[in-house]
Amino acid sequence: MSKYTEEDLKKELETKEYEYGFYTDIESETFPIGLNEEVIKAISAKKEEPEWMTEWRLESFRIWQKMVEPEWANVKYEKPDFQAISYYSAPKKKDKYKSLDEVDPELLDTFNKLGISIEEQKRLSGVAMDIVMDSVSVATTFKETLAEKGIIFCSISEAIRNHPDLVKKYLGTVVPQTDNFYAALNSAVFSDGSFCYIPKGVRCPMELSTYFRINQAGTGQFERTLVIADEDSYVSYLEGCTAPSRDENQLHAAVVELIALDNAEIKYSTVQNWFPGDSSGKGGVFNFVTKRGLAEKNAKISWTQVETGSAVTWKYPSCILKGDNAIGEFYSIAVTNNFQQADTGTKMIHLGKNTRSTIISKGISAGKSQNSYRGLVQIGPRAENARNFSQCDSLLMGNECGAHTFPYIEAKNPTAQIEHEATTSKIGEDQIFYCNQRGIPTEKAIALIVNGFSKEVLNKLPMEFAVEAQKLLEISLEGSVG
Amino acid sequence: MELKEKLISSFVAFEEGLKGEHERLHDIRLEALKLFEEKGFPTKKEEAWKYTSLNSILKNDFSIIPKNETVVEYKEVKKYLLSDSDTYKLVFINGIFSSHLSSTTHDGLDVCLMSSALTKPKYKMIIDAHYNTCVDKNDSMTALNTAYATEGAFINIPKSKVVSKPIEIIYLSTTENQALLVQPRNLIIVGENAHVQILERHQSITECSVFTNSTTEIVAHKRAIVDFYKLQNDLDTGTLIDNTFIKQKQESRVSVHTFSFGGKLTRNNLNFYQEGERIDSTLKGITLIDGKQHVDHYTLVSHNQPNCESHQNYKGIYDDNSIGVFNGKIYVDKIAQKTDGFQQSNNVLLSDKAHIYAKPQLEIFADDVKCSHGCTIGQLNDEAMFYMRQRGIPKKEAKALLMYAFTDEVMQSVKIPELKTKVARVIAKKLGVSMGFEI
Repeated sequence: MSKYTEEDLKKELETKEYEYGFYTDIESETFPIGLNEEVIKAISAKKEEPEWMTEWRLESFRIWQKMVEPEWANVKYEKPDFQAISYYSAPKKKDKYKSLDEVDPELLDTFNKLGISIEEQKRLSGVAMDIVMDSVSVATTFKETLAEKGIIFCSISEAIRNHPDLVKKYLGTVVPQTDNFYAALNSAVFSDGSFCYIPKGVRCPMELSTYFRINQAGTGQFERTLVIADEDSYVSYLEGCTAPSRDENQLHAAVVELIALDNAEIKYSTVQNWFPGDSSGKGGVFNFVTKRGLAEKNAKISWTQVETGSAVTWKYPSCILKGDNAIGEFYSIAVTNNFQQADTGTKMIHLGKNTRSTIISKGISAGKSQNSYRGLVQIGPRAENARNFSQCDSLLMGNECGAHTFPYIEAKNPTAQIEHEATTSKIGEDQIFYCNQRGIPTEKAIALIVNGFSKEVLNKLPMEFAVEAQKLLEISLEGSVG
Repeated sequence: MELKEKLISSFVAFEEGLKGEHERLHDIRLEALKLFEEKGFPTKKEEAWKYTSLNSILKNDFSIIPKNETVVEYKEVKKYLLSDSDTYKLVFINGIFSSHLSSTTHDGLDVCLMSSALTKPKYKMIIDAHYNTCVDKNDSMTALNTAYATEGAFINIPKSKVVSKPIEIIYLSTTENQALLVQPRNLIIVGENAHVQILERHQSITECSVFTNSTTEIVAHKRAIVDFYKLQNDLDTGTLIDNTFIKQKQESRVSVHTFSFGGKLTRNNLNFYQEGERIDSTLKGITLIDGKQHVDHYTLVSHNQPNCESHQNYKGIYDDNSIGVFNGKIYVDKIAQKTDGFQQSNNVLLSDKAHIYAKPQLEIFADDVKCSHGCTIGQLNDEAMFYMRQRGIPKKEAKALLMYAFTDEVMQSVKIPELKTKVARVIAKKLGVSMGFEI
């Protein structure tokens, strides 16, 4: 029998290198560091934006200047110096790419290293992708196929130019500029992101996907995603993130807004694998993200996230269940290792009648990491028969890590039914013994148990992503999950 | 003048009025006052007071230094007592000890007054060793109490003493003219292998505006068993902030039952600190409120050593415009392996306007632990109601039966039979029914 113990696993975890820590040498155009109105105007000019957009950014910037960085989260880090960051970095390019052949081969190579060969994905899985590198969208695949159905899937700067009515109508409606510190900052300086519009009654035939990567040193990535599902439509959206290993901390402050109109359904899945810092806690990405969805009558919004990266994660994908019978779902796996810190969870705001929400959150902490679940379930006075079920489970590996739960429950309607459950445990010695007894080595047994622990959430991921998510769990935790 | 300023400016005069206290107390009071001056009354901006505001209460013009003894007839008080003779009693009226209503003892154990413990030389050592040691020194309400407290219960149970009858501590409020701020302070020390049952009751007799800011410290030594019951049944004019701090040593078992039925605003800060192995802590409560009442339970169980257990179970029923808050926190230190922490909060909302805010938290730094919490908010079961009404039980009684059943889990663990009856009676009265089994 192998002598593989949890100690060994811990050691292995500590030494395990970040596999995606390569740096692509693509010539890129980076703004000098610092932030002021001039920089914002310059970003706006660079993107050839109309005047209303420039104004909107400046307004956000003025709001941001009056705000202070929030401190309530259960994370500790050195606050980023917002004047020491470059707010725009774009891979140099001449024209918009029409097809993949025109894309810089080195860039393609990057994607191959990431294990997401665009071409292969195009053929095999039928995923339409928008790839954002250092906050600028570099390639959108399958655009023509989607256009036939009337689906708009492009970078947000393109949307601002080509579909200003839609952007104007919805941008900032779910996450207003005044929402929070990072949302205001993002509204002021966002350089790109994805935009998606599904017309009435259309069921998007393929998964839409965005891949984010921070490449350049000393840059912040601020992307903005806006997904609008018109009445009776359906879309499944995937998002993935990576960054190269660097000594200094990089900042990522994104905003995602989802709007599901009557009877629409949006499924939003994220696999987040920003560079978590090395085993001594140096470097890594600060991930401060605001994600929120608005569900109208009979609409459904489902968030699924696999959080394995980032030095500090601060992220609460939320649902505002505004219409009657709206449904909100949140499935999350958050894995922290070494010195990673995660404060993540969700908000379910029940406003309409018969609204339902489900929260399943799995936290796995190892090394010296801290993993917190923070959630709010709020039942408004008019939300008759609202129903919520929450479950937060934590798994601890080693006694230097921590798992925390901060659920807030606020019920203002007597017909509400709310259930909240949370458990914390470690991998049981008896469980491992059981596996060993049956000839499964400890390493495999741990993998098996971790996989089983997160299965409820992994099952919610679309096929194409589930495999990748499992791969990420491997990197974050050990050599053989799955 | 605002209450805070009034409290700070009156302090010197107040201290001059005290005579013959142990010298260390002056420093303790001064330090506490300084913290209170710095922090002031808690506001909604503080995370711990997010759902409870003291603003409307602080507007009253409180008399802050207790006046002379008020005479209350024994027969008026009798109905609030567990029994005539089978208990030790400490009765306080408007914060002042009432000797003719009480029965204290020094025979084998001390059941007496805080004021005498703070002044008599023979208690100096024990006061030095335990007074103000359990409290959270950063809490402004506790600090305010520490600065001003002079009276309360002092209970000292020596080693291996099994106290034969329960101890009752009763705070009655009777003032009619002026709003009153009372700050009782209790210190309970339970020696090795000792066993004691204590009931603390807050009760208004007449309509009056009383703001009680009470602090209780309990030290449970090795293998001590302490059953502490709190019965809060003030009228709608009373406000109660109760800070209880319990320090437990190895293998001790402490249980606290909180019954919150009355008061305009009740805030229970209940803190358990486990400082030894194989400790068992139990926190249970029933909250049954209506009108515009507000009850806030804020609990902390700090697991600092391995192999300990904690059990929390709070039941709440909220009617009319009442507001319930439950904020429970289980903290597990990294050395506290094999901790078994359980927390449950079940709530029933009976009206459209009642609100409930719950925040059950876990903070865990050790890996080999079993911690869970559950929180539910719901209504009475329609099918059960239908079943009973089908069999001829009127709606009101059926509802009451269901609520009895709902609270039964907590009632089961009450170990004083007389108290069980008393609580059942209060519940029946609150529900406006006569069921027959509350006698």
